[in-house]
Amino acid sequence: MLFAVLLPLVLTLLIPFLSKFKDKVHTGIFVFFIPLGIFIFFVRFIGEGFSPELESYPWIPSLGISLDFYLDGLSLLFVLLISGIGALVTFYSIFYLHKSEKLAHFYVYLLLFMTAMLGVVLSDNVYLLYTFWELTSISSFLLIGYWNHREGSRYGAMKSMLITVFGGLSMLGAFMLLHVITGVTSVQQMIGSVDLILSSDYLPLIMTLLLLGAFTKSAQFPFHIWLPDAMEAPTPVSAYLHSATMVKAGIFLVARFSPIFHGYEWFFIVVSGIGIITLCWASYMAVRQTDLKGILAFSTVSQLGMIMAMLGFGTEAAVFAAVFHILNHATFKGSLFMIAGIIDHESGTRDIRKLGGLMTLMPISATLALFAALSMAGVPLPFLNGFYSKELFFENSLHIGDTTLWIASFLKQAIPYLAVFGSIFTFVYSMYFLFGTFTGKQKLEQLPKKPHEAPIGMLIAPAILVFGVIFIGLFPNLFNETFLAHAAKAISGEDTHEHIVYWHGLKPAFYMSLIVVAFGTLLYLFRKKWWSIYRAIPGSLSFNRVYNGILKGLDVYTAKLTKSYMNGSLRRYTALIVSTIIIVTGLVMAGTNGFTFKTDDLAPVTIPEILVGIMVIAGAVGTILAKNNVAAIIILGVSGYGQALLFVFYRAPDLALTQLVIETITVALLLLCFHHLPQLSRRTEGAGFRLTNAVIAVGFGTLMTLIGISAHSSKWFTAISDYFLETSHDLGGGDNVVNVILVDMRGLDTLFEITVLGIAAFSIYSLIKLRSKEGE
Amino acid sequence: MEIIMSVVAGILFAAGIYNLLQKQLLRIVIGTVILSNGAHLFILTMGKLKRGAPPVLEYGVSEYADPLPQALILTSIVISFGLTSLLLVLSYRAAQENNTDNMEKLRGNHDE
Repeated sequence: MLFAVLLPLVLTLLIPFLSKFKDKVHTGIFVFFIPLGIFIFFVRFIGEGFSPELESYPWIPSLGISLDFYLDGLSLLFVLLISGIGALVTFYSIFYLHKSEKLAHFYVYLLLFMTAMLGVVLSDNVYLLYTFWELTSISSFLLIGYWNHREGSRYGAMKSMLITVFGGLSMLGAFMLLHVITGVTSVQQMIGSVDLILSSDYLPLIMTLLLLGAFTKSAQFPFHIWLPDAMEAPTPVSAYLHSATMVKAGIFLVARFSPIFHGYEWFFIVVSGIGIITLCWASYMAVRQTDLKGILAFSTVSQLGMIMAMLGFGTEAAVFAAVFHILNHATFKGSLFMIAGIIDHESGTRDIRKLGGLMTLMPISATLALFAALSMAGVPLPFLNGFYSKELFFENSLHIGDTTLWIASFLKQAIPYLAVFGSIFTFVYSMYFLFGTFTGKQKLEQLPKKPHEAPIGMLIAPAILVFGVIFIGLFPNLFNETFLAHAAKAISGEDTHEHIVYWHGLKPAFYMSLIVVAFGTLLYLFRKKWWSIYRAIPGSLSFNRVYNGILKGLDVYTAKLTKSYMNGSLRRYTALIVSTIIIVTGLVMAGTNGFTFKTDDLAPVTIPEILVGIMVIAGAVGTILAKNNVAAIIILGVSGYGQALLFVFYRAPDLALTQLVIETITVALLLLCFHHLPQLSRRTEGAGFRLTNAVIAVGFGTLMTLIGISAHSSKWFTAISDYFLETSHDLGGGDNVVNVILVDMRGLDTLFEITVLGIAAFSIYSLIKLRSKEGE
Repeated sequence: MEIIMSVVAGILFAAGIYNLLQKQLLRIVIGTVILSNGAHLFILTMGKLKRGAPPVLEYGVSEYADPLPQALILTSIVISFGLTSLLLVLSYRAAQENNTDNMEKLRGNHDE
């Protein structure tokens, strides 16, 4: 499995070379075989005797992070979707993307996504899962922004990135809490210690954080706003990431963790509640769209809401229906996206107001769209897979488990009505998409290009998917025990034996389907009559405005905040840095009882030392008081020579010598420089300026004095100096210990010191020689 | 004596910081020199003062002053000399190019 996950990533290394021949061979042809191979590798696991498999490779054992890959029914379903749809989409993209596009970029991003997505669904380790999860966000960002010269692409890419990465970080928080509570990092082991988690005080927090991750990724209300903007991506990407696979990662996450939260009533309330709201709102909004891909984007959001709601129901049958619908949605929505891409490609527009009557011009596309759209609408016909899962949805909405909280009971009563409401609009937008494009009056003069049927290669991929729609519709039970039941078992934990039948008899679910079709048809036919309702709801309100407002506010306020202290004055920066050091260090030292003051074990005080000390102080303070620059430099020299004397007192002959030499050269240099700059200005500073300086300076001086006193008042460790004294003669072969330390024990240090001096010397030389062009 | 010397080092730090906060380039250079002097005294004081003979090994002497702070300070003196010279030349060139040695006027571009 490790190999399968990493295979796409390995190929990305070859893409730059392969794309050199893109004029002769389309790069997509090479890429096509990767998902196809992975599909064939995994398809052999389908069968009634399937049992989960675990593979483990060590990665970072000290943190409990290992490359654990776990293949159960749920992973298998997703892996087959990722590789199967991936192969079809790659094939489709060969005809969709012209050779003049940046093919190498596109396929590198796409392969990166494949690895990431396979990793998400196969990881058993939560941290590994998180890593792959963020990688899908990044590759999605890159793919949405593929046409990066467009304003809309960049906006959409940024939006999806911000929202999904926000959710990903929340999810990481949930994972960490789960890790801390259970002590394990494996999802399966976490499910094993479910009692520990359910009895934890952090349960509501864990669930909220985890669901934030799932809801942002799966574009659930109110985070759905990124998905319509993500439609700026090339259509193969929309079909692949933003309908069939990546947006289902949130669904996957909820499904994966639902064994843990199963039986926690708030899980039902939040997941089903948000899911059903998403279903209704997005299907209602889809009818209002004018962009073909916009309709499909909102439709995807609403279908994801429906799956989410079913996972929230938590009953064995509902979970089975959810799994079934994941498969069905991938088939019909994938093909509809590809058809939208074909229309865009052949007519030059996706604006449904300009399209119409394309049936005669594009008969094959129209036929494919007919089946896919009717399946999406859930029309009761025995060869449409969408109908089966829609009817299972209705049936399960009537059979939700027992509830105790009043809000759960209320939700339980409301869900069947909301389900029908959302499905009516699903029907309406399906018809709107289908008939708005393919029937009615032709408006060829409004189209940028004269439309005609797509090349056969472009039609193959959607045709295979539509074939899947019908095949699953005709023989749903072929997939049942061999495939779907395993996936459902992985979620609900129980053996599932559902039998999918077309005719259930005159049961409530059937009446609900009939109501949907009847009202849907009426609403579609008379849509011009009620269209104005969109002016009232949502009117000008929109979550996009909230998002834009937050972004703009952040921009404005951070800019203001930064400008308030970053005003370009280096003096201001120095003052701020030093003040921060004083405050933070002072507080930490005071808070940890770091300041100590002991008077025992001190060296005796002698008059000469004090006198020299006073000289050093006088020299240092004198540089401030001196009005004249030459005077300041000379006084500085006094302080330095004083320090050399102190070194003599304190048994440091080498230091004294060095200090004397260096001080002499420094003063000479300062004077030399001063000599070359005769026009230096007089000092003119106000009292306030001097006061601020003085306060900061005195504060810093006091702090350092206190630290110095504390340092020799406390003895926490034995000094390591004895080692140097003992070994200097034998190991270093020298009696001057300071010298031995410098050239032998810490020889490398000294070597670098020399290097630093060398660099400084070069810099000084070039600074002196360097002249700007206008100057000379 | 250690306490007195800590105070001396503290005053050197204060004087150094005060100079560092001045507007004139030359004063800033002077500030860094004083600051490093302060640091040297600070390190030396932390290792206790006037204990034993200078750290040059001799027969019959068993007590020596702590050699480690001395080695560190020696490195530091030389490095701070390099720093001072570079700063000096840099400020000399900056003043020459911009015709001012007032830091408040050297603020870079608005686009930064």
